[in-house]
Amino acid sequence: MAFAVPSRGARRPAKARRGFATPLILLAPALLWLIVFFVIPTISLASQSLQTGDIDNGFVLTWHFQNYSDALSRYWPQFARSFSYAAIATLGTLILGYPLAWFIAHRSGPLKTTLLVLVVAPFFTNFLIRTLAWQIILTDQGWVAGFFRATGLTQVLQWLGLTANDSLMGSPFAVISGLIYNFLPFMVLPLYTSIERLDLRLVDAAGDLYANGWNKFWKVIWPLSLPGVVSGTLLTFIPAAGDYINSKLLGNTNTVMIGQVIDSQFLRVLNYPLAAALSFILMVSIVVLVGAYVRAAGTEELV
Amino acid sequence: MAWLRRNAVVIIGLLVMAYILLPNLVVVIFSFNKPNGRYNYEWNHFSLDAWLDPCGSPGMCEALGLSIWVAVVASLASTVIGTMAAFALGRYRFRGRAATNLLVFLPMATPEVVMGSSLLTLFVAMGMESGQTTILIAHILFTLSFVVTTVKARVASLDPALEQAAADLYATPAQAFWKVTFPLVAPGIGAGALLAFALSFDDYIVTNFNAGATTVTFPMFVWGAAQRGTPVQINVIGTVMFLGAVGIVGIAQAIGARKRKAD
Repeated sequence: MAFAVPSRGARRPAKARRGFATPLILLAPALLWLIVFFVIPTISLASQSLQTGDIDNGFVLTWHFQNYSDALSRYWPQFARSFSYAAIATLGTLILGYPLAWFIAHRSGPLKTTLLVLVVAPFFTNFLIRTLAWQIILTDQGWVAGFFRATGLTQVLQWLGLTANDSLMGSPFAVISGLIYNFLPFMVLPLYTSIERLDLRLVDAAGDLYANGWNKFWKVIWPLSLPGVVSGTLLTFIPAAGDYINSKLLGNTNTVMIGQVIDSQFLRVLNYPLAAALSFILMVSIVVLVGAYVRAAGTEELV
Repeated sequence: MAWLRRNAVVIIGLLVMAYILLPNLVVVIFSFNKPNGRYNYEWNHFSLDAWLDPCGSPGMCEALGLSIWVAVVASLASTVIGTMAAFALGRYRFRGRAATNLLVFLPMATPEVVMGSSLLTLFVAMGMESGQTTILIAHILFTLSFVVTTVKARVASLDPALEQAAADLYATPAQAFWKVTFPLVAPGIGAGALLAFALSFDDYIVTNFNAGATTVTFPMFVWGAAQRGTPVQINVIGTVMFLGAVGIVGIAQAIGARKRKAD
């Protein structure tokens, strides 16, 4: 959404001002909030993950690294599933989002505004209500399931191991489509901003130099839209890896993602140290993956 | 075939658009259903019951009221402190600016389940009772970064010549700020506030970790209802939210378009 309002005005950066007092006063409340409620909780989470004890008798910091090996040995399949579902969903949003962003960016006038509104509006409607609507859409008696059966797509999905007992609901397919659906706006908006800024004369120039359609895309359009691709994939992958609403509402016990495990360890099992270790592993893996990805993509422009 | 190739992007674009809107359409249609039993999953027959009695589901409107209240307070707070921070980061060069930018970015790059659980460990360690206060703290935290990013982009794109021109015309720094700079940044602040409201109103994961046992926000109500059978009223609220969002975003975009034309 930070990308929804592309600034069309002056691009010249405001002249930097020096001084320390004014910015410090302006920053103080935000910094205080971030330090007290973000930095300190992260430290508290790390500390919790190395404690032993239980909820009734209290926890003690014993540097119990075993929590981490327990977390990994017990729940590595859920970790692996979360990261692979998130990766597939990110790729899916990119494949669906790119043509959509291109389509919107090249409309003009009120139509463009209307289309943008229609991409953003579902995002304002409740996430859970829309996900529940997918239960209705994907049900066995529904026309989507009928269409998939009639065209043989169900067999393809089954061969890929994405269905659950011939049903779409409760399957990996349902969870991944839910993720794609829910995070699509996070992909479309940054892509839209990048594509809209793209100078079409460069594409024409490539044509003049005898580039075919494929080369025009890969050699000119794609590199120029890379900043949008990078922020879009990050904005999709990170929340998707931690999400469990889709896997809980659209999946079954074979599609449990790591967020669901963390939620139940914290709120039902009350095994705080193990839950904290799981949460910390998730955070560190994402930081490592994102760092490697940003380095590989060779862009500093994150947001 | 040539026609299909030429229009492939348009066709795919429209199909993806349909995919985005399909669940919303289902929500609207099923708000007129009279379900046979507890679960509103199968079409039974047309009825206006839920629309005539939107608060007919016990506890739902209380949860809705709480969510609106939390979203208003959290988005106001994060808009004020976030806008201040955005001005500091967008206009001043000072030591530690890069580190501050990173600190502002990090909450956006943290999965909600990690943010929710780390706050929970803090509140438990401090012996703080979960409830409305802890929800507000969490919501201000995760909306803050989005406000800063949105407003900062707007501040950075300002033309400094405008403020200098105001000064040349004998405006005091305060006058230049309130008459020139602030109105130019206002659309960014508005967008940030709207985004903060929407994010707060929609949040389930972080809230669920910090709400405690008795405080129920609207997303938590929907989550609970999903296990027991969803009342049709949920679809009514969903429909109103969708139409409201289309209206608000539409008006905001129209104002923006008119402004751009005027420029």
